[in-house]
Amino acid sequence: MSLVYAVTDSRVMVARCLRRSLRDPEAFFTALMLPIVLMLLFVYVFGGALNTGGSYVDYVVPGLIVLCAGFGAGTTAVSLATDMTNGIVDRFRSMPISGPSILIGQIAASLARNLIATALVIGVGLGIGWRPTTSGPRWLAAVGMIILFIFALSWLAAAVGLLAGGPEAANSFTFVLMFIPYVSTAFVPARTMPTALRGFAEHQPFTPIIETMRGLWMGQTSTGVALGHEAWVAIAYCLGILAVSFAGASWLFRHRTAA
Amino acid sequence: MAYTVVADGIRKSYGGRAVLDGVDLAIEQGSVFALLGPNGAGKTTMVRILATLVAPDAGTAVIAGCDLLGDPVGVKGAISLTGQYAAIDDLLTGRENLEMMARLRHLPRRAVRSRVDDLLAEFDLADARDRRVKTYSGGMRRRLDLAASMVKRPDLAFLDEPTTGLDPRSREQLWGTVRRLVDEGVTVLLTTQYLEEADQLADTVALLTAGRIVAQGTPDELKSSLGAEVARLHFADPAGYGAALGHLESAHWEGARAEVARADEALRIIDVATDGSAAQVHALLGRLAAAGAPAARVSTRRPSLDDVFMSLTAGDAPSAPQPRSEIAR
Repeated sequence: MSLVYAVTDSRVMVARCLRRSLRDPEAFFTALMLPIVLMLLFVYVFGGALNTGGSYVDYVVPGLIVLCAGFGAGTTAVSLATDMTNGIVDRFRSMPISGPSILIGQIAASLARNLIATALVIGVGLGIGWRPTTSGPRWLAAVGMIILFIFALSWLAAAVGLLAGGPEAANSFTFVLMFIPYVSTAFVPARTMPTALRGFAEHQPFTPIIETMRGLWMGQTSTGVALGHEAWVAIAYCLGILAVSFAGASWLFRHRTAA
Repeated sequence: MAYTVVADGIRKSYGGRAVLDGVDLAIEQGSVFALLGPNGAGKTTMVRILATLVAPDAGTAVIAGCDLLGDPVGVKGAISLTGQYAAIDDLLTGRENLEMMARLRHLPRRAVRSRVDDLLAEFDLADARDRRVKTYSGGMRRRLDLAASMVKRPDLAFLDEPTTGLDPRSREQLWGTVRRLVDEGVTVLLTTQYLEEADQLADTVALLTAGRIVAQGTPDELKSSLGAEVARLHFADPAGYGAALGHLESAHWEGARAEVARADEALRIIDVATDGSAAQVHALLGRLAAAGAPAARVSTRRPSLDDVFMSLTAGDAPSAPQPRSEIAR
């Protein structure tokens, strides 16, 4: 199969997934409301009582970005699991098209949805008084961190969506991804937690990712670990998740549809 | 005669259970071949194997001149699959669905729009083309599903239970559509649970039960395998029914046992294949009366595919002492 066809097929699949994202009003509305509601909730309801050593909105933006990305990844897993079970992937697979294009469509739509949600978090944050104390190159580095993280999480979601027996099972992934960030430095510094939780919170993958963004935007991390170190750990986690998920999703896609 | 499908010894097991136990098929070019069988007989597995979605454990097949295992891309280019659960995108409109399929079939960009318009008109969907498929009726979904399969005319179209769940009017409409495809030269492999559907559409019918083809022929050949007429005997009470069935199935029936095509305890009816002569029906009734199990009423009719199906699959009922598939192994 020629490269030209692979590109055409991927474009058709990306267009399909983007259209579906826009036309599922319930999911689309939730995806847009979530960043806004969570931001207002954390800053104005909880934020007053939380002491993070400064303005709470300055602390919480990276945590909310990760939380919304978790929700977005759940959407991706459900969307792919639905396609796998309702017969449309069977139809695509019975046609002479490029197999990977089916996954590429889902990943591209996932990236687009999550970047919009991230932009909303950042926009609402800036609107209610978030003031990053940073320079242009560090802003770009933070955006790069976000894109790498969302890309890795999208592939993880694809692997989970293929592994799940159906949309309902895939949906429990959303639940997991929306709770893990709470036991990280997303909303409060880990030093206030009991020892056992603190150990988990400081070493789970979300924390270095959050701390890298926080360090890049605000000049310092909440863990006391140097930004440079957090950044390398974050990048290593993302690349590791990406590599394992990519290999897993590719294998599952061939296996699930050829079994 | 040219064959569009030649499959040889197809086997497939799931978890140690044989779903397909050595199936051979030969489908003539331009004909409609119906794979008929109860739920779980292996019809859909057979279609999924021939449509390149599932690899067989054993066996070979050549489809439209392409080897199934050696050249799956060639096979994919020659077939179209219309699923039991219409595999079209609910959130897209009818037109968008067809445009997507046309692009995926690599039609030139300029040709896509006009081909899609033609298909929408041909499948009577022009008025609904800009509505989302979610709002379509069952019949409209199947028509769109078929139209999506015809974006590029295939050599072989798989129709996997195309009318399951449709009302009778939509079903007849769909039959008309299938006949039109055949007129255009498309070879059709149809799976169905509906005997009437196979009777209406198929040139050749194969009965698939428990992973094996137990009978194959034209609808007329299969029907005449049960004799010229089926006599349906009704019994007044369960005791008479039981005695009559025991008598008919015993070995002492003038040398040749009467062929019981179907026996239904709840309805207290027994269908017996006959040659259609008054003498034979008279003898049948006489024997039962003499055995103390007289029929209360009797009617005769030409056998339907239903009767063939019932008589061949009766052995798979859980209560039957000797399942036919056991004998075959």
